Amino acid sequence: MPTYQIKVNGTSRSVNVSEDTPLLWILRDHLDLVGAKYGCGIAQCGACTVHLDGQAVRSCVLTAAQVENKEITTIEGLSKDGSHPVQQAWKEVDVPQCGYCQAGQIMTAAAFLEKNPNPESQDIKSAMQGNLCRCASYSRIYKAVEKAASNMS
Amino acid sequence: MSTSKPSITFSRRDFMRTSSLASGGILIGFNLFTACKPEAKPPVDLASLNYNDFNAFIKIADNGAVTIFSPNPEIGQGVKTSMPMLIAEELDVSWDKVLVEQGVLDTNNYTRQVAGGSQSIRFGWEPLRQTGATARQMLVNAAAARWGVDPSECSTSEGVITNGAGETLGYGDVVKDAAGMEVPDKVKLKKKSEYKIIGKDTWNVDLDKIITGQPLFGLDYKKEGMLIASVIRPPAFGQKLDSYDESAAKQIEGVLDVVPFGDKIAVLAKDTWTAMKGKKALDVSWKDDSKLESTADHDRILTGLLDGKEFQTLRADGDVKKAFASADKVLERTYESPFLPHNCLEPMNFYADVRSDKIHLVGPIQTPERTAQEIAEKLGRNPDEIHLEMTRMGGGFGRRLYGDFAMEAAEISSKAGKPVKVVFSREDDMAAGIYRPAIKYRIKAAVKDGEVTAYHLKEASVNSNMYGLIPNFFPAGAIENYQVDVAKHDSNITTGAWRAPYTNFLAFAEQSFFDELAEMMEVDRVQLRLDLLQNVKGTTDERIQYSPERMEEVIKTAVEKSGWGNQPDGVYQGFVNYYCHNSHVAEVANVEIEDGMPVVKKITCVVDCGIVVNPLGAMNQIEGGVIDGVGHAMYGDFAFEKGVPQSGNFDSYRLIRINEAPEVEVHLMENDFSPTGLGEPTLPPAGGAVANALKAATGKRLYKQPFTKYPELLTVPEKEIIG
Repeated sequence: MPTYQIKVNGTSRSVNVSEDTPLLWILRDHLDLVGAKYGCGIAQCGACTVHLDGQAVRSCVLTAAQVENKEITTIEGLSKDGSHPVQQAWKEVDVPQCGYCQAGQIMTAAAFLEKNPNPESQDIKSAMQGNLCRCASYSRIYKAVEKAASNMS
Repeated sequence: MSTSKPSITFSRRDFMRTSSLASGGILIGFNLFTACKPEAKPPVDLASLNYNDFNAFIKIADNGAVTIFSPNPEIGQGVKTSMPMLIAEELDVSWDKVLVEQGVLDTNNYTRQVAGGSQSIRFGWEPLRQTGATARQMLVNAAAARWGVDPSECSTSEGVITNGAGETLGYGDVVKDAAGMEVPDKVKLKKKSEYKIIGKDTWNVDLDKIITGQPLFGLDYKKEGMLIASVIRPPAFGQKLDSYDESAAKQIEGVLDVVPFGDKIAVLAKDTWTAMKGKKALDVSWKDDSKLESTADHDRILTGLLDGKEFQTLRADGDVKKAFASADKVLERTYESPFLPHNCLEPMNFYADVRSDKIHLVGPIQTPERTAQEIAEKLGRNPDEIHLEMTRMGGGFGRRLYGDFAMEAAEISSKAGKPVKVVFSREDDMAAGIYRPAIKYRIKAAVKDGEVTAYHLKEASVNSNMYGLIPNFFPAGAIENYQVDVAKHDSNITTGAWRAPYTNFLAFAEQSFFDELAEMMEVDRVQLRLDLLQNVKGTTDERIQYSPERMEEVIKTAVEKSGWGNQPDGVYQGFVNYYCHNSHVAEVANVEIEDGMPVVKKITCVVDCGIVVNPLGAMNQIEGGVIDGVGHAMYGDFAFEKGVPQSGNFDSYRLIRINEAPEVEVHLMENDFSPTGLGEPTLPPAGGAVANALKAATGKRLYKQPFTKYPELLTVPEKEIIG
């Protein structure tokens, strides 16, 4: 199996995987970073969202070759201790129910607010609509993104 | 899903034991499930119990720090937070000094069972507070003995005991003495006005772990030497394994083994992706074993059942036949729902390590007791050899009541002789479902002299029918001639509980029907419901557990808070009220027209679930339940063609998303009633509220779910668009 150099959360890691292995499974099964979740495997639910050079991407449809030499950030690397303003807003609002989708939600919101620090209501909804929450904690996800935006500004 | 009234008769001595810890402090063990299970028999000989017999503990350290080990599985309903709150309240400690930890469930002794059906808090309310109060009393007794005063002179606050002279001792100071004290048999519980924790917003105890992505879920579980199993199952209900060729799968680098079991085949690899790839490379032929059913068959069969005469009668008051014969007017309507998959966002998975001397199981399951027993039976093993650990669950919605995936893991591990974790792909999860069955309801009502004189509800369902007290829900008791009949079609498609079983669709049918009935009678739709409730007041029928008075309050509050009947032009409202899981709910949907299409903008939801233990968590459950109800009524569709599910992933199965979710405004009724269910009861009314509001907006009534499958019924008359 080929070897790839993957740079995750500021550290370069080397992995031996088949060339078609999605980044999601590299993170979860080979690098022990299980924050990104498997929900659909076809970029429909957003549970696997990570940052690739600052962009929110679906790690379930990216392969090792596509992410080599790029900066990958996972929920584990978003902050050292959960202190990122989006994580803090998620705490303040008490967003999670089952909690499974929330790492993906937070990663999408963090990348979005980085580019759009003063979003309108409609911007938040379009930015977050790629992330499913089966518990339908949408009211709180919306509130938390709003709160994070106001805390960041 | 029990709906019987909890009757609490137990003694603390029956389920509590204390001991001092070598490391300092006291450990109070109790069996949470036994304590919360009214019918449970306490163990006969307490002295022979060891600590494995307890599954929940309160640990009070020498420094006064309190840790509550909760064995309760968390599926997102918040009980891992709210149940320890009840203990902490009566223990009289400050919540921010309490640490809640997930206790490992040792299933060596199966005297316990996980509560389901929105009943955890309802059944835990009394015993958990008693447990906290008992521990508190022992600490007080220990302090009083040291001071040489009567315990009644002492008071507590936030972990500190004070005597009549004003001297104080911390809990930590007396834990050693308390450990040796007798467990008091009678303790006094706080009055509602004395609560410091119950009724206060309390944050989810696992928040930090969730927002930082720490391993919590079954899918995150890892163990040295564990292999991942990807399983291929018959593609159609009604098919079984014919033959297979594993050579292509085995050629994939990393595929370690191919294990057939029953009509399924597992591919084992060290990592998930390789296992999934191996499964896809298997060359399998299947053969028909029984009838391959399609949605068109179900449609025809269920209609045939409704038209037929073979019913089981679940409740019959008066004589509906006679009442229909003499009616001035009759309304009859049929409502239809599809199968629904649960689609927990965390797909089904389970770890099993089956060895000759013991079996280790780990994963997300709501029924550990039943699952372990079934596995023991299947493998011909003694249940005492099984040790089962529960993980946090990425959603349940009823799916994780069934242990089929744990059974698969155990069978594979047993055959392969290795520890394995079965991991479902999303496609596996949707295709190997235990679905909400397709159901049709036919409702017929008679009106004479302006009164509803008869109500006849018929249910035609796949595999099973409504159960328990559901036939006695409103309008049972309100209408003189009343009958509920059920019939079912036995199918090879697996079906089971889905969040708020039966009521999740029944509420839509009945509440749409009442709306239309009011239109036919030319009476106010809310007044019709209030009038009918009058007839239930003072009923002596014990099967009727909804309260007309509490329902009336909920309805009146919803009218006021939603601005019912008092909306600007362009806002269309729909009203429903419903009772299930022992809670009373009213919901009002607001629909507005945007770009020529009706859009659900807001739901006002009023809930009477008695005393609210954790308002912050309760609001989250309510908001989610309402949006979940709206989403499945609007979009949830699942069809079969010759036994094969027609949706495989979220590109072909639509779940509601944030941009489609209405605003939810919640009002909680304030009263002193004991808490009742909250995880489920706000979901069933939502579909009806939306349908009634859509009728107001479009002039067209919806009888079938999902609504978006019938776009011709979602168009708005020309004049509305112009307006």
